[in-house]
Amino acid sequence: MAQTQGAYYVPHGSHWPIFGSLGMLGTLGGAALWMDDFQIGKLVMAVGIALMIVMFIGWFHSVITESVAGKYNKQVDVSFRLGMIWFIFSEVMFFGAFFGALFYTRMLSIPWLGGMGHGGPTNEFLWPAFTAAWPSNGPDAIGGDFTVMSPWGIPLLNTLLLLSSGITLTIAHHALRVGHRARLLTFLGLTVVLGAIFLGFQVYEYYEAYHHYNLTLGSGIYGSTFFMLTGFHGAHVTLGAIMLCVIWARSAAGHFSRNDHFGFEAVAWYWHFVDVVWLGLFVFVYVL
Amino acid sequence: MAAVNPAIHQDTHDIHDHKPHGFLHRWLFTTNHKDIGTLYLVFSLAMFFVGGAFAMVIRAELFQPGMQLVQPEFFNEMTSMHGLVMIFGAIMPAFVGLANWMLPMMIGAPDMALPRMNNWSFWILPFAFLMLFSTMFMPGGGPQGGWTMYPPLALQGGMNVAFSIFSIHMMGISSIMGAINIIATILNMRAPGMDLLRMPVFVWSWLITAFLLIAVLPVLAGAVTMLLTDKYFGTSFFNAAGGGDPVMYQHIFWFFGHPEVYIMILPAFGIVSEVIPTFSRKPLFGYQAMVYALACIAFLSFIVWAHHMFTVGMPLGGNLFFMYGTMLIAIPTGVKIFNWVTTMWGGSLTFETPMLFACAFVILFSIGGFSGVSLALVPADFQYHDTFFVVAHFHYVLVTGAAFAIMAAVYYWLPKWSGHMYSEKWGKVHFWSSAISVNLLFFPQHFLGLAGMPRRIADYNVAFAEFNMISSIGGFWFGLTQIIFVGVIVHCVFFSRVRATGQVWEGSHGLEWTLPSPAPYHSFSEPPVITAGMLAHGDVSR
Amino acid sequence: MANPQPWDWNMPKGVSGISQRVYDLHMLGFYVCLGIGAVVFTIMFIAMFRFRKSRGAVAETWAHSTRLETVWTIIPILLLMMLAWPATRLLIDMNDVGDADLTVKVTGFQWRWHYDYVEYEKANTGVAFISSLAAESNRVRQLGSGLDPHSVKDEDYASYLLDVDNPLVLPVGVKIRFVITADDVNHAWWVPTLGWKQDAIPGIVNDAWTQIDEPGTYRGQCAELCGRDHAFMPIVIRALPKAEFEQWLASRKAGAASTAALVTGPGHRG
Ligand code: HEA
Ligand code: HEA
Ligand code: CUA
Ligand SMILES: [Cu+2]
Repeated sequence: MAQTQGAYYVPHGSHWPIFGSLGMLGTLGGAALWMDDFQIGKLVMAVGIALMIVMFIGWFHSVITESVAGKYNKQVDVSFRLGMIWFIFSEVMFFGAFFGALFYTRMLSIPWLGGMGHGGPTNEFLWPAFTAAWPSNGPDAIGGDFTVMSPWGIPLLNTLLLLSSGITLTIAHHALRVGHRARLLTFLGLTVVLGAIFLGFQVYEYYEAYHHYNLTLGSGIYGSTFFMLTGFHGAHVTLGAIMLCVIWARSAAGHFSRNDHFGFEAVAWYWHFVDVVWLGLFVFVYVL
Repeated sequence: MAAVNPAIHQDTHDIHDHKPHGFLHRWLFTTNHKDIGTLYLVFSLAMFFVGGAFAMVIRAELFQPGMQLVQPEFFNEMTSMHGLVMIFGAIMPAFVGLANWMLPMMIGAPDMALPRMNNWSFWILPFAFLMLFSTMFMPGGGPQGGWTMYPPLALQGGMNVAFSIFSIHMMGISSIMGAINIIATILNMRAPGMDLLRMPVFVWSWLITAFLLIAVLPVLAGAVTMLLTDKYFGTSFFNAAGGGDPVMYQHIFWFFGHPEVYIMILPAFGIVSEVIPTFSRKPLFGYQAMVYALACIAFLSFIVWAHHMFTVGMPLGGNLFFMYGTMLIAIPTGVKIFNWVTTMWGGSLTFETPMLFACAFVILFSIGGFSGVSLALVPADFQYHDTFFVVAHFHYVLVTGAAFAIMAAVYYWLPKWSGHMYSEKWGKVHFWSSAISVNLLFFPQHFLGLAGMPRRIADYNVAFAEFNMISSIGGFWFGLTQIIFVGVIVHCVFFSRVRATGQVWEGSHGLEWTLPSPAPYHSFSEPPVITAGMLAHGDVSR
Repeated sequence: MANPQPWDWNMPKGVSGISQRVYDLHMLGFYVCLGIGAVVFTIMFIAMFRFRKSRGAVAETWAHSTRLETVWTIIPILLLMMLAWPATRLLIDMNDVGDADLTVKVTGFQWRWHYDYVEYEKANTGVAFISSLAAESNRVRQLGSGLDPHSVKDEDYASYLLDVDNPLVLPVGVKIRFVITADDVNHAWWVPTLGWKQDAIPGIVNDAWTQIDEPGTYRGQCAELCGRDHAFMPIVIRALPKAEFEQWLASRKAGAASTAALVTGPGHRG
C-alpha cells in the first residue's frame, strides 16, 4: 500500500520527452514518406531514429543516475514495477490483434470462402473452385504456390533456444540474488548469445522462405499472418536482446544490489514475455 | 464538514523542486501534474474547436439539398477528420487532463507516479496531430474513409494512408502511456487511509478507464498496422481473394472501438458522481453499486463489439449473442442513472453551472442511451444502421454526454485550479444556450435517420431539407455558444477578482477541497491525514 | 407511405410483412424507452423542484437501500426481455432465405449497382443490367450547378438523388432472395420500405430476402460509405404484379444478348 518513507521523488523538468516526440515524428513521418516513394523519407527516418536512440540513452542515463544516487524509495520502485507490468500487458494485447487475425481467418473466413457453414453463397457465387484448407493463400492463390516451414526443424530448435535462454536468465537472476557476480555475468551473457542465435536462425529461415519456398508476406493470408506474427516477435526479441546487453553492462558496472535491481527484473519479465509469445507462435503458427 | 487541514497546505514548499522559471522551460519540460493537466486541457479545447470547425463545414454543406460549398470527397474528408479529431483530440485528452489535475489531489499524492513519462504522453499528441493535419495538404487530401477507416475503401487513399495510420499509432502510444501512469498513480500513490473502496468515484472511473485503454489501444494499433501492410507490403488480411476478409477488419476495429466509446463515457460518469452529491449536499447514493456498475459496464464492453456490424452478414447466432450482450449494458447504466436521481432526492439542491451541466447530462445521456438500446435490437438496426439515427445516438452520448460532463468538470474545478470564481452569470448563459441549441442540432437527426437519410452523405433528397436546416441552425448556434465557454474560462483565469475559498462549494467533500485555491504547485508533499467526513462518501467501507 | 416525404419523422411501415414487423419492433422499443424516460425524468424534475435549498430543503444523510437497488435492477431486466423476445423471433424469420422463387444478385461498385436475375422459378433468366443515378439528378448535383433540387421530379415525386436510369423490376407476392456482394469497396443495399439493409462486401456474398405486398416504386440508397459518390448511388425498385413482371422479364430476355456485354464488366468474377 501507499506507505511512504521519505519523499516520493518527483524529477525536475526534462527535455528528453519532447526530444523523443520529435524523434517519433521523424521516424514515423520518414517511414511514411519513404513508403510513398519519397527518397528523402529514408533520411528523415534515420534522423528520427537517431533522435530516439539519443533520447533513450539520455533518459535512461538520468534514471540510472538518480537510481544509483539513491533518490528512489520503495514507492518509486513500485511505480516502475506497475509501469512495466502494464506495458507488457499492452504488448500482449498488441500480439492479441494478430493472433486474433490468425484464428479468425483459420476458423472462420477460410472455411466460409470454402462454402462451409455460413459461407454457402459466398462459395457458390464467387469462388466455386475453392475448398477450404490450411495453409492457404486464398481462392485467388495470391502470391503463387508456396511451401510451409516444417515446425520440426529450425522452429523447434528456436523453441529450445528461447526456452533455454529463459532458464539461463533465471540462473543469472538467482546468481544476482545470492551475490555471485561472475555467474551472473556469465549466464546473462549466455542469454544474450542464445537470443542472438535465435535471431540468426530466424533470419536464415526468412531467407529460405523467400528464396526457396516462395513463402513471402504476399503469400495470401498464410504469408501475411506468418510473417507479421514471427516478424513482430523477432523485433521484440531484438529489442529484448539489446535491453539484456544494457543490463549486462550495468551488472558489470555494479549497478545492482542483491535486493534492489528492478532494471534487471524488468528486462527479465520482458524476456519471459517474449518467450511465452514464441510458445504461442510455435503451437499455432507452426505446429497446428 | 471538510475543514482545511493545516498540516497539509503549509507544507507546499518542496525543497528540491520549485516552480521552474521561463515560459518554455516550464511548459515544454514540465513534470508537474498540474502543468501537464493544463497542457492537456488547453490542447483538447483547441482540438474541440478544430473538430467543431470541421463539423461546421459538414453542417453548412448539409444546410440545404444540392451541393453548394465543397466537393463530395472533401466532405468525406471533413467527416473523417471531424470524428478522429473529436475523439482522439478533444474528448480523450480532456479526460486525461482532468485525471492529471485531479487524481493526485483526490488521493493525497504529491504528483503522478511517473512524472517524466507523463510529459511524454502529452507531447506526443501535438506531433501526432501535426502529422494527421498535414495529410490535408497532401496530394489527394486527408483520410476520406470515415473515422472507422474500413478497408478496402480506406486503402484507396493516397499519401494520407501511411501518415494518418502512423499518427494513430502515436495517439495510441500517448494514450497507453497516460493510462499506465494513471493506473500506477491510483494503485501506488494513495495516502494512507484512502482504501480502494473509499476512493472518489472519479478516481474509480479512471482506474477502470485506464485498464480499458491499455487493453484496446494496442488492438487498434494492430488493426491499422494490418491496413498499412495490406496497402504497402502486399499482405492479404482484408482481401478475400487471398483468404482474408474485409469484415475481419471491422471485428478487430470494433474490439477496440466499442470499449473506446466507454473510455469516453466512464470518466464522465465519474465527474457526474462528484458533482451531483456536492450540489445536493448529500452523499452519493449507493457508492458501492456505482463502482460495481462501472466495472460491469467495462467488462460487458468487451463482448458487444459486433453490434456495430449487424448488417455485415454474421451468422444468426452471432447477431443474437451481440444483441443480448448489448442490451445487458442498459442494466448497470440504469443503476447509475437511478442512483444519481436518488442522490438528488431528499437533498438540498442548488443549481450552479456544474450542477446544471450534470443534470442535463443525466437526462440527455439517457436519451442517447435509449436510442442505443433501440440500436441493439438487430432487426430494427437493419433499418437504423448507417443512418442519421445513429449519428443522433452517438452525439447525444458524446456531446451531451462526454462533452457536457467535461464542461461540468471545468466549471466545478476551475476555481480550485485558478483560485478565482468564474462568472456564474455567463456560465449559466453558456449552459442554457448550449442545452437548447444542442437539442435543436441533434434531436431532428433522429427523424432524418428514421425517414431514410444515410449518414456520411454530402447531399440528400429534398424530403430531408427541413430537418437538416433546423439541425444546421442548431449546429451554428451551438458552435457560437462555445465561444462563451472560452470567454468564461479566460475571464476566470486572468481577470476574475473574486477569490475562491479552499472548499469552493458549500457541499464539497474530498481531499482536493482541503487544499487552498489555487492548489499549490506540489499537491501533497506529505501524505495527508484523512479524518472522518473528509471523504466525499463518508465512511463507505461498511 | 413509402418514399421519404418532407417532415417525415418516423420509420416507414414499409410494404412487406417483415418491414411491418420491423416497424412494430421499433415502436415497441420506442414506447418502452418513452415509458422509462417519463418515469425517471418525472422523478428527477420533482426532486429538482421539491428539494431546492432555496425552498428551505435540508439534506438527508441516507445513502443506501438494498431493496431499491434490487428493484431497479430487476425491472429493466424484465423490460429488456420483453424487447429481446420479439426481436429474436423476427431475426430468425429474416434469416430464413429458403424457398425463394426469384434470386437476384446485387453487386455494388463505385458508384452503381449491378443487378443479375440469376434464377426465376428454377430457370436461368440471363437478364442483367447496371443501374446508376438518373441523368437529371446527376446534372443538378454538380457543385455549383445552380439548378434547383426541388425541380427534379419523377412523375409527381420530388425524386432528387433517389432516381435511377434502370430501376430494379420485381414481382409482387413472390419470395425474392437477394445475394449481395461488391466489386471494389464495401457498399450497402438499402431500401427502407423493405425493412432492412445488407452490406455488400467484395469477395463475400450475403443473402437476404423479401416479399413485396404492394405494387409501387420504392426508393433507397447505398448506405455504407464507399468513397466520393457514396451519396449518389440510389436504388429504385419498381414492383409489378406478377404477370406484368413476367412480361417485363420476357421482353428483357429478348434483349439480353445485347446487355450481356455490359454485364461481363467489372461486376463478374469466378
Ligand atoms: C460515449 C459514447 C457512447 C456510449 C456511452 C454509447 C452507449 C451505447 N450504445 Fe452507442 N455508439 C457510439 C457511442 C456510444 N454509445 C458511437 C460513437 C457509435 C457509432 C460509431 C460509428 O459507427 O461511427 C455508436 C453506435 C452504436 C451502435 C451501432 C449502431 C449502428 O451503427 O448500427 C449500437 C448498437 O447496438 C449502440 C448501442 C449502444 C448501447 C446499447 C449503449 C448503452 O451503453 C446505453 C445504456 C444507457 C441507457 C439505456 C440509458 C439509461 C438506462 C436506464 C434509464 C435504465 C433502463 C433502460 C432500459 C431498460 C432500456 N451504439
Ligand atoms: C467525440 C465527440 C464528438 C463531438 C463533440 C462532436 C460534435 C459535433 N458533431 Fe460530430 N461526429 C463524431 C463525434 C463528435 N461530434 C463522430 C465520431 C462522427 C462520425 C464520423 C464518421 O462518420 O466517420 C461524427 C459525425 C458527425 C456528423 C455526421 C457527418 C456525416 O455522417 O457525414 C455531423 C453532422 O451533422 C456532426 C456534427 C457535429 C456538430 C455540429 C458538433 C458540434 O457539437 C460541434 C460544436 C463545436 C464547435 C462548432 C466548435 C467551436 C466553435 C467555433 C469553431 C466557432 C465558430 C463557429 C461557427 C462558425 C458557427 N458530427
Ligand atoms: Cu456505395 Cu456508398
Ligand atoms: Cu458500441
